[in-house]
Amino acid sequence: MTDVLTQPRPIRLKGRSFLALALTPELPVADWLVRLDDLAARSAGFFLRRPVVLDIDGLDIDRQELRELVEQLSSRNVRVMGIEGARTSQLGPDMPPAMTDGRPAADFEAPAESQKTEKETVDPVEAEAPAAPLQQPVTAAPSLIVSRTVRSGQSIFFPEGDVTIVGSVGSGAEVVAGGSIHVYGALRGRAMAGSTGNAEARIFCRKLEAELIAIDGFYKTAEDMEPELRGKAGQIWLEGETIKAAILG
Amino acid sequence: MGKVIVVTSGKGGVGKTTSSAALGAALAQNGEKVVVVDFDVGLRNLDLVMGAERRVVYDLVNVIQGEAKLTQALIRDKRVETLYLLPASQTRDKDNLTPEGVEKVIAALKSAFDWVICDSPAGIERGATLAMRHADVAIVVTNPEVSSVRDSDRIIGLLDSKTLKAENGERIEKHLLLTRYDANRAERGDMLKVDDVLEILSIPLLGIIPESMDVLRASNVGAPVTLADGRSAPALAYFEATRRLKGEDLPVTIPGEKRSFLGKIFGRKAA
Repeated sequence: MTDVLTQPRPIRLKGRSFLALALTPELPVADWLVRLDDLAARSAGFFLRRPVVLDIDGLDIDRQELRELVEQLSSRNVRVMGIEGARTSQLGPDMPPAMTDGRPAADFEAPAESQKTEKETVDPVEAEAPAAPLQQPVTAAPSLIVSRTVRSGQSIFFPEGDVTIVGSVGSGAEVVAGGSIHVYGALRGRAMAGSTGNAEARIFCRKLEAELIAIDGFYKTAEDMEPELRGKAGQIWLEGETIKAAILG
Repeated sequence: MGKVIVVTSGKGGVGKTTSSAALGAALAQNGEKVVVVDFDVGLRNLDLVMGAERRVVYDLVNVIQGEAKLTQALIRDKRVETLYLLPASQTRDKDNLTPEGVEKVIAALKSAFDWVICDSPAGIERGATLAMRHADVAIVVTNPEVSSVRDSDRIIGLLDSKTLKAENGERIEKHLLLTRYDANRAERGDMLKVDDVLEILSIPLLGIIPESMDVLRASNVGAPVTLADGRSAPALAYFEATRRLKGEDLPVTIPGEKRSFLGKIFGRKAA
């Protein structure tokens, strides 16, 4: 324990993305709340324990009205974790924080009327649990293929999954991927794999001359890399908290 | 319709202006109508290299701002009559270049000349991006050293994203012109090898211009190196580059390779 305390270790700053349910209120708010109540009535607890983001982009309401809307939602057990598309004038320190750069994901399955009645007849307790859990459609992990050289100063950012580059990554260029990074050419710039907290991610390249490599927040600069790997085809992975590298076949 | 060429590099001092003047003069010597446009507003040099500094009345900024007609600003070369210069302003700064103004000037030049050569300023700001904006062909001038190569890589990235051609989904033709190549330093290994530069930048090689006193001498007398001494080593390299630019398939010789070969023979004899 003392060993750990005496060793100064940098704090790791990691990004992570979560799936939140985005609600888009419409005017007049009272009518929209009625429809929301209707939806909630069909499945009690649909919003329970589910992170909810309020998307008010283009909605013409002021700070006071927004505050009331958040209170209305919270009285219905809908806990708003953040507000998207808000102007600074609409937000206050007592309100959920502003959220930006949201990316669309698969739609949530809304609880259907028939399902609920069926379930209630079979087992009334079931209705207490979140009905119609998030449907996970069977989709392959997303990946991005870049079929050109990434030049100095350019940046490829793909937190959703793997990045494959058919070409080289120039000195001063960077590739950030949520999954693994594959470079079918020379890797001379920076490569950061598993940036959203994936310790299993790896980096592969035809020619390792990287300025910096990182996996899941752990990084290594060119200076710390084994000189015998330089210029060779290689793969880089994470073992515990150590970055490992080896020559590829 | 003429071809618009941008001579660019990112890094300063690698030989953009020298190359613009030399290539422009070489093209014009074949009887083609050429205009060389100085985009380095505020730090103009092309007029000096082309020996026209005492004849500048109006400049690019005057034309863009409607203070002068294009024909008033163009300066005809005294040695080659199909070679023209459109000088930059030394007193204004690059903010005076507007995208619309540049577009108009380039369009007018394109219809009157066979070749429009845009000498880009160093850097990646307004002046450089406007110089490359309307280009059909880019000549990336690079010295065989790491900082120049990395800056060129950055410029190639910009050429592929910020030019009109790239925005229309077309590919801009790019050529590498390796300048200030020093055969002695290459032999000693304290300079990047030609193959290494080509591997990093991966664009076709237009030519290798040897480092030479002839370049300095030519700019001191205010003549493009291809006009000052057409038989000097850099001039010959520029002439070859010009032929490749026009589509001829010529093998590129690396300067000094022949000499080092002879050097080996002499070395042996001496031993």
